This record gives sequence, structure tokens and C-alpha cells, in this order.
Amino acid sequence: MGLTRGTRMLGSDAILRSLELEGVDVAFGIPGGAILPTYDAIARGTSVRHVLARHEQGAGHMAEGYARASGKVGVAIATSGPGATNLVTPIADAWMDSTPLVCITGQVRSSLIGTDAFQEIDATGITMPIVKHSWLVQDVEELPGVLRAAFHVARTGRQGPVLVDVAKDVQEAEFDFAYPDDVDLPGWKPPHKVHARQIREAALAIAASERPIIYAGGGVLNADACVELRALVDSAKLPAVVTLMGKGCLPDSHPLNYGAPGMHGSKFANWALNKADLVIAVGSRFDDRVTGKLSAFAPGAKVIHFDIDAAEVGKIRHAEIPVVGPLKLALAQLAEEVRAVAADGSATRDPWLRQLEDWRARFPFRYAKADGQLKPQTAVEALRDLAGDRDDIIWTTGVGQHQMWAMQYLVCDRPRSFITSGGLGTMGYGLPAAIGAKAARPDATVVCIDGDGCFQMTCQELATAALERLPIVAVVLNNGWLGMVRQWQEMFYDERFAQTHLTHAVPDYAQLAEAYGCAGFTVENEEQLEDALSAAFNAGRSAVVDVRCDPEEKVFPMVPAGAAAIDVMEAPEEEVRA
Amino acid sequence: MSAHTISVRLENKPGALARVSQLFSRRGYNIQSLAVGPTEHADISRLTLRVDCNEHSLEQIEKQMHKLVNVLRVTELRPEEAVERELALFTVSVSTDKRAELVALSQVAGARVADVGRDAITFEFVGRPDEVEAFEELVRPYGVRELVRTGRVGLRRPSAGGRTTTPSVQV
Repeated sequence: MGLTRGTRMLGSDAILRSLELEGVDVAFGIPGGAILPTYDAIARGTSVRHVLARHEQGAGHMAEGYARASGKVGVAIATSGPGATNLVTPIADAWMDSTPLVCITGQVRSSLIGTDAFQEIDATGITMPIVKHSWLVQDVEELPGVLRAAFHVARTGRQGPVLVDVAKDVQEAEFDFAYPDDVDLPGWKPPHKVHARQIREAALAIAASERPIIYAGGGVLNADACVELRALVDSAKLPAVVTLMGKGCLPDSHPLNYGAPGMHGSKFANWALNKADLVIAVGSRFDDRVTGKLSAFAPGAKVIHFDIDAAEVGKIRHAEIPVVGPLKLALAQLAEEVRAVAADGSATRDPWLRQLEDWRARFPFRYAKADGQLKPQTAVEALRDLAGDRDDIIWTTGVGQHQMWAMQYLVCDRPRSFITSGGLGTMGYGLPAAIGAKAARPDATVVCIDGDGCFQMTCQELATAALERLPIVAVVLNNGWLGMVRQWQEMFYDERFAQTHLTHAVPDYAQLAEAYGCAGFTVENEEQLEDALSAAFNAGRSAVVDVRCDPEEKVFPMVPAGAAAIDVMEAPEEEVRA
Repeated sequence: MSAHTISVRLENKPGALARVSQLFSRRGYNIQSLAVGPTEHADISRLTLRVDCNEHSLEQIEKQMHKLVNVLRVTELRPEEAVERELALFTVSVSTDKRAELVALSQVAGARVADVGRDAITFEFVGRPDEVEAFEELVRPYGVRELVRTGRVGLRRPSAGGRTTTPSVQV
């Protein structure tokens, strides 16, 4: 690959050559003492574009946004000590959401390791529970093999983060660089095929079921199995619900897509799972935010569970038919097998499909508009309509109410067009993830829908967006509160609003945007909304739209305003029975 | 809940043992004993873990351990199919007049005298874990001053048939 074997070079240069050979085109990071030699290698020249973040957490989330937008491994680089600890949150986020990430951290010199040296921290130790694997490199000869293995582990099997901690003297050492063709990992054997018998069992169960529902999650996106999922849905006429993490794996506008189930999912999606006689879980993991009370989740259903990770199958919910293996292969084989089995006749499921349609028609997402108050849902709807005619749009979000409204109201018809923090629920994820997504897909329109609480956690990355010429639009649904926490305080803590009021006015987001070299807009009512959003989309640089919305608006799935949101999990049993 | 013995073949790499043990604490499983040492291959260690958990947790433990990059193989050692042994050292207080009696008793029980002091004897005992416990009961009346156990180690019995290294989880 353009490098003769045994090229004499420094460890630091070897890191860059390895990234190049792995096909990395962008890396995100911040230099510091223990990683300085590697940044010197960047200065000497590389085809890897380095995006300079303002905080290592930002760099990590950018790498995640890059990975989720591109399907490639994201790379974040930081120094030892605080550089490494600042990466812990993005690593944990990537761990929970199975985002492939290689984090490279500098470490103090080998001779100083273990002495509590300046900026020394046990990076591999601190991250051990939240990485697939990690390496501390103290011998430059091991460096190429470790990097080769790191990328391999990050991207194969269930994807996720790895950490490579490189002692400073290793970066400075000279050696004969040769990048290995193969990895030497005898203990790493992710499944690469599926059992034909299990596929057959699954197809028979599908044919026999009267009320099947596919429950698709983020694993479908990671497995690049969206085409196969859609083919299965179309050919077998199987209805599906799609989780927050899976949004976009099946077009939202597909007639058989019933959207997100869960705590703030629709009533019809939750009811579909609840009344099903067969749940076909595909790359989803029965997260508590989806299932609610586990004993009441899909009580009458048999479960088929497709997953690349054997440990997820049967972890939360027993699977009558476990299918461990790559989803792309499994779903393609399943569609074929379902066709073969269906030739012998299938149970009729027209009444079920009619039932789902009836629920969808009766219980759409809705909210009450009020005079003089701009509802956050209105802003999301305006964004959805504005984006409607754009081919390549990527949404990112933070975590909280705005995230749930984005999930409910945005229409995502393409894979990798909705990027969010699901498992860890990392406030502050949205803005840096948007910057990373823009770096991955420069032609895309990248819009971060954020909350004011989230935005303030990582808003210094506006400098990165401005100076690295990675223009994104951040729409802050500014209700002046930590909205989701406020909602819980209102509903479950007798309206004691302890420490959740942030105010609409401080900071002035439009001025803050201008201070960072971005365009700033303030929207105080519905009339100003469309113009401001249009202007932001067409600003030609990064823009922030401060949308001042109703501070008291709560997230509800289907229940009328004022009822407890969690009641939706209870509703199906009662009302379906009635 | 019941006790299970799990045998793990592990790459002999820095941090490998820490990864296994942190997985147990992270997922809330309690390790009763853990013994680790080299195997017939210089670059492979074998861990014998004793855990108290239900069948569902055991399956989770095995599956989660399989995901660790340094873990080569995870096998449950079922009691009827495994040879299990443990070594224990006991320092027992004993007065001069009772010394002969204690030594005679220990020899009957199959222990060896490892060291003799003025008012105490250290015994070494190797056997099945239940035999170790029986020996402890035997010498307890004399006064056990200090006690250390290696934790059990185990191998599948060749006489149990089948491959001696059959993985319990297919991945």
C-alpha cells in the first residue's frame, strides 16, 4: 500500500502511517505534552485531516458523529491525564451505542509509568469497563500490530470503542515500520455466519404468527443491513417498530414502519409490541427505555432475537429462537426462507395490519398549540418541512425533551441521517456530533436539534465548526430549563423545581454564536420561525438559532396533556383488553 | 443460586486478569475464589473461577467473558466431570504436650507438616475443597492461628469422555 516493508521512521510517524493505511481521512483531537511527538508527525505531513477541538469530550463526540454518519471508524486523539479522562464520556457513549471508535492517547514515558508523574493517569485502567479492548504500548515494535488490531476490534463483531495508550518515548523511538496484513488475536472470533436451522425456525415462526412485529434497533445501521431489512418487510409484509437508535434504518415514511416504541414512543408502536404474538428483535437489546416494566412487555409474544452479540440474546428477555450472527447475512437468508415457507401457506395477518393502521389513525402524535407560546414541537415540524426537499440531511440531537420531540416528529428516510446519544444519554453530544458528521459528509446539511441545557455543555465547539469550516446549524429549543428533569419534577416531585431553571436569556445564544464567528438568530414567536430557520440553513457558515419556547411543555407520546407520560406503558393492557 | 466452577483459558497478556475480574464486579457477580497460573503453553494462563449465581447469570458470565479479546475459551466444569483440587496452609497453635497427637491426627487426614515452631505447626493440605474444609474442622479445636487457601483449580476428567476442552458457549 505504497509503503515498503521496513521503512525506517519514528513511532509518531508510524501512528499516522497506520491511520492512513486504515483509510482514516479525518481525526479529531487536541495536543498536549504526552502526545506532542505525534502532533509533530502531523506537522511533518499526513493525508489525515486533523480537526482541532476545544475540549477532548468534543473531539470524542465528533469522532462518534463521524463514525455514525460515515459507517467508518471514528478516531480521537488526546494527551495523557486530563486529556484521557476528558475522553471517558465519549468512550462510554460509544460503548453504550456500539459506535466504532479508536481513541489514541499519549502516555507519560515508560520510565515514569507508575510514579504518579505529571499528567499521568492509568488510561487503560480507567476505561477498562467501557472499551472492547485497550492497549498500553511501551515498545515501538508493537505499535503497528496494536493499531492494526485496534481498528479490527473496533469495527468487527458488535462495534464499539477501543483505546490505544502510547508512551511518549515510544512515539519518539525509531524503528523499521511494517504494517501487518493480518491481526494476531486468537481470542477475538466474532460470528461471521448464522445457523441455517435457526433461520428456518424463525421463518416457520413468522409464517405461523398472526400478529408479528419487527423490533429493529441501531444494530441494523451498524450492520449495514437496511436494504435487507426493507426487503424482508416488503416481501413478507411484516410491520416494524424502530427504536431511537435505529431511526432511519427503515424509512420513516414506509407504510409498515410504526416508528419508535418506548417511554416516549407512540401509543401505536407500544401497543403493537404489547399485542404481538411474535416479536422479531433485530439489532435491538430490550433496553429498559423501550420495554418499561419487563414483565408487562409483549406478554403474549414469542421472541426471535437476531444479534451479532451472543451476550445480548436472552440477557433481558428470553428468546425462543436466538439467531446470533451478522444481520446483513441473517436478514437476507431470512427473507429467502420466509418466501420458501410462505409457499406452503401462512397465517392470515390482514386483521393485525388493519388493527395497527386503526391505532395509528386514532393516536397520532399531537400537542396543543397555545396563544403567545411557541411550542417546541412546532419548531421541529418546521425543521422537518424545511428539510423535506433536501436529499442529504443529517440530524443530531442532545439528550432530553428536544431529543424525544426530534424522534417523534422528524421524518428520516435514509440510514445514518439521525445521530443521537441513546444508551448513555450524554447531554452535550449533539453539537460536536454534528461537526463530526459534517466532516464525514461535507455535502450534507447537518442540523443539530439541541436543548439549552445540552448546548451549554459543549458549545465551545462552535469555534471548531467556525474555524475548521465545518458549517452546521444548531437549533436550540430554548425553554430556559433542564426540561426533561423539570418534567419529572412537575409530575413526580410535586412541582419542586430544584435547580433546573437555567433562564431563557443567559446566555444570549445569538450573541454567543456571533462571538464564535457563527451566525446567530433569535426566534421569539411562530411568525419568526420559518424565516430564521431558512436564514440559518443558508447562512453559508455555522449558525445558531435560539428558539425560545414554552417552558412548561412536556413530552407526551399519545396521552392527553396533563396525564403521566409513563402511563402510556400501562395503557395498552387496559385499553386493548377493553 | 448455586455454585459453579468456570475454567478460562486466557492469553498471558498485561491486564488480562484485570479485565476478567473487573467484568465480574462490573456486572455484579461475586467471585468466591479465583486461581490463576500458567498452562502447558507459556503464553496461555488458566483461570479457575468459583462463582455463586443462577443459571441465567452463569450464561451471561460465560457470554460476556467470551467477548473479552484476551479470553480464548470459557468452560463450565461440572462437578461430576471435573477433577478439582485446592491447596491450603494452616498454622495451628499447639502446646508441647498436644503436639504428637496433632501430628498423628493430621497424618491420618492426609496433611503434611510444612513447618514446626515452638507453639505452632504449619500444615499443608491438598485435596478436594470439601476435604480442605473437613481438615479445617478437624484442627479447629486446637486453634487455627492463620489459614490461606489457593482457591480451587480444576480440569475436565479425561474419563468423562468427549473433548477435554469443549467450550460451553458456541460463538
